[in-house]
Amino acid sequence: MISLAGRDILHAWGKFVFTGVGLGLLIGVTLVMAGVYRGMVDDGKALLDNSGADLWVVQQDTLGPYAESSSLNDDLYRAILAMPGVDRAANVTYLTMQVRQGERDARDVRAMVVGVAAGAPAGTPGTPPYLVAGRQITRGHYEAVADVATGFRLGDTIKIRRNQYTVVGLTRRMVSSSGDPMVFVPLKDAQEAQFLKDNDAIWQSRRRTGENPAFNRPGAPGVLDAVIASQSSNNFVNAILVRLEPGADPDETARSIHRWKRLTVYTRAQMESILVGKLIATSAKQIGMFLVILAVVSAAIVAFIIYTLTMDKIREIAVLKLIGTRNRTIAAMIMQQALALGAIGFAVGKITATFTAPLFPKYVLLVPQDSIIGFFAVLVICALASVVAIRMALRVDPAEAIGG
Amino acid sequence: MAGKGIRIEGLRKRYGSGDTAVDALKGVDMHVEPGEVVGLVGPSGSGKSTLLKSLGAVIDPTAGRMTLGDEVIYDEGWKVPDLRALRRDRIGFVFQAPYLIPFLDVTDNVALPPMLAGVPNTEARKRALDLLMALDVQHRAQAMPSQLSGGEQQRVAIARGLVNHPPVILADEPTAPLDSQRAMAVIRILNDMAKKYETAIIVVTHDEKIIPTFKRIYHIRDGVTHEEAGEGRGFD
Repeated sequence: MISLAGRDILHAWGKFVFTGVGLGLLIGVTLVMAGVYRGMVDDGKALLDNSGADLWVVQQDTLGPYAESSSLNDDLYRAILAMPGVDRAANVTYLTMQVRQGERDARDVRAMVVGVAAGAPAGTPGTPPYLVAGRQITRGHYEAVADVATGFRLGDTIKIRRNQYTVVGLTRRMVSSSGDPMVFVPLKDAQEAQFLKDNDAIWQSRRRTGENPAFNRPGAPGVLDAVIASQSSNNFVNAILVRLEPGADPDETARSIHRWKRLTVYTRAQMESILVGKLIATSAKQIGMFLVILAVVSAAIVAFIIYTLTMDKIREIAVLKLIGTRNRTIAAMIMQQALALGAIGFAVGKITATFTAPLFPKYVLLVPQDSIIGFFAVLVICALASVVAIRMALRVDPAEAIGG
Repeated sequence: MAGKGIRIEGLRKRYGSGDTAVDALKGVDMHVEPGEVVGLVGPSGSGKSTLLKSLGAVIDPTAGRMTLGDEVIYDEGWKVPDLRALRRDRIGFVFQAPYLIPFLDVTDNVALPPMLAGVPNTEARKRALDLLMALDVQHRAQAMPSQLSGGEQQRVAIARGLVNHPPVILADEPTAPLDSQRAMAVIRILNDMAKKYETAIIVVTHDEKIIPTFKRIYHIRDGVTHEEAGEGRGFD
């Protein structure tokens, strides 16, 4: 038996291809949406992976440093270093801001500025694990390592707050959980940038402090200067990243730090669940809603197209039934057409998504698993969408082929 | 498939019930012998289409008896288990418009009924090509229906009706869209095919041009038929 669906598609291939392309663009958007979610999760994992940490020590009872603000004294890391099972510990600060390109064209880039220990030995948590060009930060001030996604180049001058930095190294795939590329600067500079006030505010603050008799007592010189100095410096960091000794149990070490240092400690698995379950949960739900809407729209479009195509063939279907075609042959013809339309649409959508994904400003990660699920989802949607047309076709009376 | 043609006795069809019931057929009697082409003539609303649909097993008569060849197919109820198979294998249809399947070429349009009956594709196509040759349209075997003239389309439709060698063919105004010359050509073909394949053919028509070609004509009016001899011009 010949394939009636195949012959019909070949006969009206233009209609099928153009409809498939339209459907494919919709499927492409759906795949990209799924890719955006995957990209967000991957950004989060990249953030954790590239930090090189096994434990995140943060302010007590916070979900810091990524999901909530966290503040720790910058000398606490020494005490953490002394804990059993800890190999290395390093302070880190995170600050998301617009980083301006110094002199060249004054453009600015949304970036996460990360303060790390300058001159730290390779493998210190928080520092970029690898570079694609240049070197790591070695000076205590005004050097930066930037992710290539910032568009900065070696030797570029960038401006963070009122200080200028020279880009001495470039790294890759170092991003925040929201996909912003990272710019690494020395810890002290980052601490300063985090709470740096403008000159007028500093001047007013000094005047206010100077007028406070408690800080400016006669016969106690130096108190005012000390207070002002403490006000204009920042001795806090957002987190301490800990690398464990080989064989050390993360949970046990985390419990120990929590118990003895009264700090909150997260393991890698806990931090991942915070990032995925809390930080990007709302975005994931949003994307999930879009996926549902797109699936419904796709189903409606396929149903409408297949219904219309079937309506156009009412007389032929009546003739087919009159000359003895089984109902299941007619149903199979319509369903095969719907599935073919879905397959064409999926192919177009997959190609569209693959070629357009790199053009999106945020990382779009297309994983084969999503494509496979998407393919079968499209087929199921198309099969379901063809039910209306099949019901209509099966109700066609063969007598319609005979006049009167 | 040679046989004893078709015989209809006391065929009735009632639409609706109670006060609104309409008797479309009020006891139709007719018979058509193998190799014979008879005309079925009547005004609009006379019951022609109802009779054709009843004969074609697409509606259920209310009462009566129909015999196809040696087999009683209806006697106060259908006596065959599968009406679809009955239509496919033992009744051929030729419509007012050819109603060819637009996405199949001429050969596959004709080969489709045997394919539906489970005949292998190559055998079905061979049968189709033989018929197309008999109807002198073999040169259009690979063409699509939209590429054929009206007369060619109607010949292909006749081939499709004949391809399973049914004992009876029901032709519903097959010459309506054709000019006189082509209409006469179609009637000639139906006569030739009836003789060649021993098929009983019933031609429903309004067409004054072709009525004189029938040797026997059934007139139907108000659901009742009466038979009269036709002129039988031109096809001895």
